[in-house]
Amino acid sequence: MIEAHNLSKDYGDKRAVDDLSFTVRPGVVTGFLGPNGSGKSTTIRLILGLDAPSGGQATVNGKRYREHAAPLHEVGALLEARSVHSGRSAYNHLLALAQTHGIPRSRVDELIDLVGLHDVARKRAGQFSLGMGQRLGIASALLGDPSTLILDEPVNGLDPEGIHWIRNLLRGLAAEGRTVFVSSHLMSEMSLTADHVIVIGRGRLITDISVEDFVRQASGKVVLVRSPSATRLGEVLAGPDVTVRAADERGLLEVTGLTAPEIGDAAAAAGIALHELVAQQASLEEAFMTLTSEDIEYRALAPAQEGEEAAAV
Amino acid sequence: MSTVPTSVAPRLPHTGKVTQTRVFLSEWTKLRSVRSTRWSFLVAVGFTIGIAALACAVVAHHWPHMSASEQATFNPLDPNLAGVQLAQLALGVLGVLVITAEYSTGMIRASMTAVPRRLPVLWGKAVVYGLVTLALMVPSTLIAFVVGQSFFARRHIDVSFTDPGVARVVIGAGLYLAAVGLFGLGLGAIIRNTAGGIAAFAGLMFVLPPLMNVLPASWNDAASPYLPLEAGEAIMATTSGNHLSPWVGLALLYGYAAAALAVASLLLVRRDT
Repeated sequence: MIEAHNLSKDYGDKRAVDDLSFTVRPGVVTGFLGPNGSGKSTTIRLILGLDAPSGGQATVNGKRYREHAAPLHEVGALLEARSVHSGRSAYNHLLALAQTHGIPRSRVDELIDLVGLHDVARKRAGQFSLGMGQRLGIASALLGDPSTLILDEPVNGLDPEGIHWIRNLLRGLAAEGRTVFVSSHLMSEMSLTADHVIVIGRGRLITDISVEDFVRQASGKVVLVRSPSATRLGEVLAGPDVTVRAADERGLLEVTGLTAPEIGDAAAAAGIALHELVAQQASLEEAFMTLTSEDIEYRALAPAQEGEEAAAV
Repeated sequence: MSTVPTSVAPRLPHTGKVTQTRVFLSEWTKLRSVRSTRWSFLVAVGFTIGIAALACAVVAHHWPHMSASEQATFNPLDPNLAGVQLAQLALGVLGVLVITAEYSTGMIRASMTAVPRRLPVLWGKAVVYGLVTLALMVPSTLIAFVVGQSFFARRHIDVSFTDPGVARVVIGAGLYLAAVGLFGLGLGAIIRNTAGGIAAFAGLMFVLPPLMNVLPASWNDAASPYLPLEAGEAIMATTSGNHLSPWVGLALLYGYAAAALAVASLLLVRRDT
């Protein structure tokens, strides 16, 4: 369980986290979403006590992180920034962390095997690829068998097999009743892993919602309807909050502001035949971008095409 | 494949809380598991013994050709401690690195999430690094003494360990090197940056003393004995001169190291990581 109460953080006169309150519950994977620069990593640093909040506070399992006598047994964290001495081997890195809590060496070996670093455990961590570094970070997060996991962009640098592995791992950890809090700037990634999402932009909470509701809200806003009498249908559907746009020359209309059943009923009442009626599923990525578009910190100057926008944020 | 449902991550009985003793062990693992440690200690031990042997061999060889006045003022301990001058540089720089490398690599974030009270990490580093330096450098200065004096014995100009002041100088050199290392560690912990830490260490130890010469002589004479280098080197003094008494001087250098570590610990608790 992670709780943030009116959490704020200023760096100079720049407010990185702004009055953020949320609760992350055990037993589900909670996604922490926001464009790059929206304050996700800062929030995680505040939760872990690496930075002191300018206002408010964050607690993990009921206590501030710093007050835990054995923090690695409570919280396992993977930070976005690399947190390993490049000259030390993976084994010695984990051993040094384990020793602070009296965790035995056998546990270090166990986790090295779990994350698949057995063959490189004695190599200097500076020689690791990004993906191997992520695996080492995940091993250190799981070292103390914590009830809460906080992972900042864990899929960064992983190959498809690794991404698949971590999705299953996160879902499995949540199914065991642990609190799993995972940040990402990719909604599509979260929709496959998370049950709940907390979305922030410019350090402020935008929404705190189940993925199911998010999908429901994001979908069905655009309805495609095809009719041989498209022009007349357009007139029938017209209303103050309704926009109708011809999507092609063969009678396809794109309608927003009405649901598919409303359009079907209106067409039937007017005696207009419909050849197609589809509530379009907006992609989660689009919904996420709509939600955060005003809160994007860094944006390419040229208007980006829709598909490329994720790369631009 | 096992059909028994297992946990996705193996479980672990919780082993209790973070203690200072456990952090000592962790810091020992950290210290011994990077190359810079091995190299710096190798250099420090090698120079302390090697340069002493070399210097003493040269002096012993040259002895018959030295003038009477040179022979009269000769102190057999001086060439014997020549290597300490180089060893102190290696150990001071390693002291800086022990903490600044954690910042430059990001390891500090892992260290501070494992030990969020933070201070045990700094104490752990200071105690482990101090003890390891003592454990290596006191024997090294003793070996350097035995080796160096064996060259002088052939000329019958050697001193015995039991002669007045000799044990103080020889063992004191090892104690001095540990203090220098801790001073470097304290400065590194304040500055948190390798280049800056080394510059501060070298500046305070080696650049400040000659700079004092711009002061009026009476001021210089009054202040110089209290500078870190000159205070610490008093423990190795073989002549009476403008320096503090040996143990007071060494204590002052340990005081500087302690002050640097005290400032560092105040900052460590307050600053963001």
